[in-house]
Amino acid sequence: MASKKKTDAKGEARSVRTAGDPALDREMLQSMLLQRRFEEKTGEAYALGKVGGFCHLYIGQEAVSTGIISQLRPDDYVIGTYRDHGQALARGVAPRAVMAELFGRIDGCSRGKGGSMHMFDRHTNFLGGHGIVGSHVPLGAGVGFAIKYRGGDQVCVCFMGDSVVNIGAFHEALNMAALWKLPVLFVIENNRYGMGTSVERAAAVDDLSRRADGYKGMDGIVIDGMDVHSVREAAAKAIARARTESLPSLLEIRTYRFRGHSMSDAVSGTYRSKDELEEYQTMDPVFSLRDAMVIAGTLTVAEWEQMEKDVAATVQDAWDFADQSPEPPAGALYEDVLVDTTS
Amino acid sequence: MATKVFMEALSPTMEEGRLVKWNKPEGAAVKSGDVLAEVETDKAVMELVARGDGVLRKQMIAEGVTAPVGSVVGVIAGADEDISALLSAAPAAPAAAAAPVAAPAASPAAPAAPAGPIASSAAPAASGPVRSSPLARRLAKESGVNLAAVAGSGPGGRVIKRDVEAAAAGGASAISRPLSAISGADFTDEPLTQIRKTIAKRLAESIGPIPTFYLTAEFDMTRAVEMRAQAAALGDDFKVSVNDIVLKAVATALAAHPEVNAHWLGDKIRYFNRVHLGMAVATNDGLIVPVIFDADRKGLRDISMESRDLAKKARERKLTPDQYTGSTFSVSNLGMMQIDQFTAIINPPECGILAIGALEDTPVVVDGAIAVRKRMRVTMSCDHRVIDGAVGARFLQTLRRMLENPLMLVF
Amino acid sequence: MPIITYREALNQALREEMSRDDRVYLMGEEVGVYNGAYKVSKGLLEEFGENRVVDSPIAELGFAGIGVGSAMAGLRPVIEFMTWNFALLAIDQVVNSAAKMLYMSGGQFNVPIVFRGPNGAALQLGAQHSQAFESWLAHIPGIKVLSPGTPYDAKGLLKSAIRDDNPVVVLEGEMLYNTKGEVPDHEYLIPLGKADRKREGGDCSIITSGKMALVAMQVADQLAKEDIHVDVIDLLTIRPMDVEAIYESVRKTNRAVVLEEGWEICGIGAQVVDFIQRECFDDLDAPVIRVHQADVPMPYAKNLEKIAKPDAAKTIAAVKQVMYRS
Repeated sequence: MASKKKTDAKGEARSVRTAGDPALDREMLQSMLLQRRFEEKTGEAYALGKVGGFCHLYIGQEAVSTGIISQLRPDDYVIGTYRDHGQALARGVAPRAVMAELFGRIDGCSRGKGGSMHMFDRHTNFLGGHGIVGSHVPLGAGVGFAIKYRGGDQVCVCFMGDSVVNIGAFHEALNMAALWKLPVLFVIENNRYGMGTSVERAAAVDDLSRRADGYKGMDGIVIDGMDVHSVREAAAKAIARARTESLPSLLEIRTYRFRGHSMSDAVSGTYRSKDELEEYQTMDPVFSLRDAMVIAGTLTVAEWEQMEKDVAATVQDAWDFADQSPEPPAGALYEDVLVDTTS
Repeated sequence: MATKVFMEALSPTMEEGRLVKWNKPEGAAVKSGDVLAEVETDKAVMELVARGDGVLRKQMIAEGVTAPVGSVVGVIAGADEDISALLSAAPAAPAAAAAPVAAPAASPAAPAAPAGPIASSAAPAASGPVRSSPLARRLAKESGVNLAAVAGSGPGGRVIKRDVEAAAAGGASAISRPLSAISGADFTDEPLTQIRKTIAKRLAESIGPIPTFYLTAEFDMTRAVEMRAQAAALGDDFKVSVNDIVLKAVATALAAHPEVNAHWLGDKIRYFNRVHLGMAVATNDGLIVPVIFDADRKGLRDISMESRDLAKKARERKLTPDQYTGSTFSVSNLGMMQIDQFTAIINPPECGILAIGALEDTPVVVDGAIAVRKRMRVTMSCDHRVIDGAVGARFLQTLRRMLENPLMLVF
Repeated sequence: MPIITYREALNQALREEMSRDDRVYLMGEEVGVYNGAYKVSKGLLEEFGENRVVDSPIAELGFAGIGVGSAMAGLRPVIEFMTWNFALLAIDQVVNSAAKMLYMSGGQFNVPIVFRGPNGAALQLGAQHSQAFESWLAHIPGIKVLSPGTPYDAKGLLKSAIRDDNPVVVLEGEMLYNTKGEVPDHEYLIPLGKADRKREGGDCSIITSGKMALVAMQVADQLAKEDIHVDVIDLLTIRPMDVEAIYESVRKTNRAVVLEEGWEICGIGAQVVDFIQRECFDDLDAPVIRVHQADVPMPYAKNLEKIAKPDAAKTIAAVKQVMYRS
């Protein structure tokens, strides 16, 4: 049984934010900052009507995507939920392609057919944002099945929200993943609320990592999701288990979203208090890493400012690109319903 | 400044037009030249365009309504301009399209009738239009059977395929109208389309006042058929129909016989030096006669292409008025429908029309021996006011020489 | 030509395709050690091993999703549902995952998967085990839906389904597994989306599929004795439907009866009638009549069940009705 640190994002016995390898830290900081500024810009685009439909921002949870995905190989797989912009960016999907997808344009990573909730990218084995809560967890197990079937040593990371642990598909997938020893990381991004319902009000066991106890051979681990290093270290262990022993893990990463569930709900004041939000904002994963690096002397203020400028330019470029990308032609409507060849 | 939209004369012979479709809704901004509506004339569906700028304030007639040429069908004016005077001054437009209407089954004066013991056990269809299956309607139309006169044997008196077939086969004795049809006026009124009105008017004019006589001749088409086959063997560019060869021959013969290539103008006869050949085309709406202009000066290939193009346009109702007016002589061919011989009705003010029958393998005596030859009968209708018997006969002689020796068409 | 059962035909199709392509695997409840609830997979575990013939827990949603995920990662799964009634637990994976993936990924991820199993009523299995789901599934763009009625069709269609790069649903019939028919011993495929004329006649079209195709053939043979000759169009593929075959037949016969196993409301027959009225309106000499299951959950009692099901007698009555014969 793996050790379970009784830590959560609220700061009780929280990990000490430390700086690590300077080059790697810089890379991770850049990745998280890109997600942060990109999502802020997405919120702006939504307000201007350039992005439509349901849209779920990732702000506050960047350490989860960056911490896990930075440990993956290019031939590994990532699958996730409708809160998928940050993961797509962390996985290396071009900001232009993600923004164009949000704008519903032909150059979007899903050719404008997916939208905010359905980012896909074959080149990075990014198997999509999925819109039905829990539905994609068996898919993640299936990817693990395919890896094992072929005798490969890739892994599949399956991101999900905390509310997923209460749906049947989660149980069915974890059961079979443990039974058949599938190389899958089931990553719960526990941001404490499934929409507006807190974990305590939805799950009979609020220590979600304990769900792993029901499946022999599956590790259940709790991780401080505001500290990218903690996430990265835990991911490294779970990925190694999956690669070398073909064993699944359940990672409960305690994080927090700084925005509403989607674009149409209050950030605080109904199901959570402003005080709570502000308390979590003091643990901001992006600025925590920045501050640790500055204190450790691995990042100067000038370098930080340059990084902000570079990221802002990248995001603006993505916006401009998306804005100029054409809408899909009407003829695209009937394309991609079916593949029209048989092998 | 308000502009009235008139029903315009969109064909040379149009007296009234049916507004098929408004292309601009009320309230739409329009500029001079914009297409306001589609209008069915006696020949085709044409565009009615705006003659002023502003807003289409009022559509005075509904889609489907027929209005006489010159009547006001709409008003274009400034968005806020007062057009009430125009509206009240305009004559009341027909209220609705003259759609097929069934005669009322019962007198409107007898509203209290149904309760009595007389209430019949008639089929439920008794009070409605003739019930018929879609197939029966199609077959009736094709075979010229009047559905209203057919007793339906299907549920509720529905006229079905077998009823129409029996009627078409002359099974009149088998037809007994159900009680309902006798007691109620069970018939359908079909309003005349513009094209049908025109056909009727003009053909009646023709058969009545025109003293017509007919000349029939049988031509040997063997060589013409051979020529066609030889030409076709040269490739697609040389493929023509027998009808094309006939058209070419008629045009060439007409050039040699201006005495039959003429118009009767009441107080004078106009003989033409140019040959504008009308070719009758059957369309779903009726007959129309597009024109091959200067047909005598055109080669076989051009005639072939042009006749095909005109026939297609005619069927699609895409002919413009200049394409179906101005013919000097006409040809009607029912050979493809296995008609051996018929008489065609002159299209005035022309003075002659040629009716072409089917090609048929016929045993004939050639050089003292029986041979099977391709034969074709042509009948020329002649307006005796212009063409005398011998004049018509001479024209047919020339035509015979050309069709029986088609090489002449090359010179 | 050898005569084999429908079950054996499906078994041959699976064996041949698994031998041909090692990306093809079979997963479902009892497909391995038990040799299949209906013995369709008999002998396959022995031949291909447990890596490729996978006994799953009773977890339709889970293993259907594993199938879809594995297809996204390059495998070609055949997912067996013990019956389509149980597949309702997995319908999310069929509708929201398999059918949508290609489209919402902008053409990047296709899902070459086959979902198959028995569909429709058998005998006295009661309300929850006696349902025909053709119309539910055929409603969804992004999947193909097959409904073979004979051993020949079952084998040829299943092989084509496995080779197709799209999600394909194969609706088999519990009552069909024991039926026999000629199946050639050489390899053959039946193209998806093509109907098959099972009987030729000029008096009335019967448009049908699956188990009901057998009923339609009985009807045709019986009516022939009364000199009524029906054209039996077996759709084989419900989606995409071979509308041209329907039009051709109805234009010839001027009358149609649509025979299906499922319920009336929003059923396959409703769609077929719509196609006919749109394209063959002027060819019809009678309204199209539908024959289908009674609009009730399937009762257990033998007599009630018989009344509820579509059958030859009801179909014959319908044919005579559209022919205005009594």
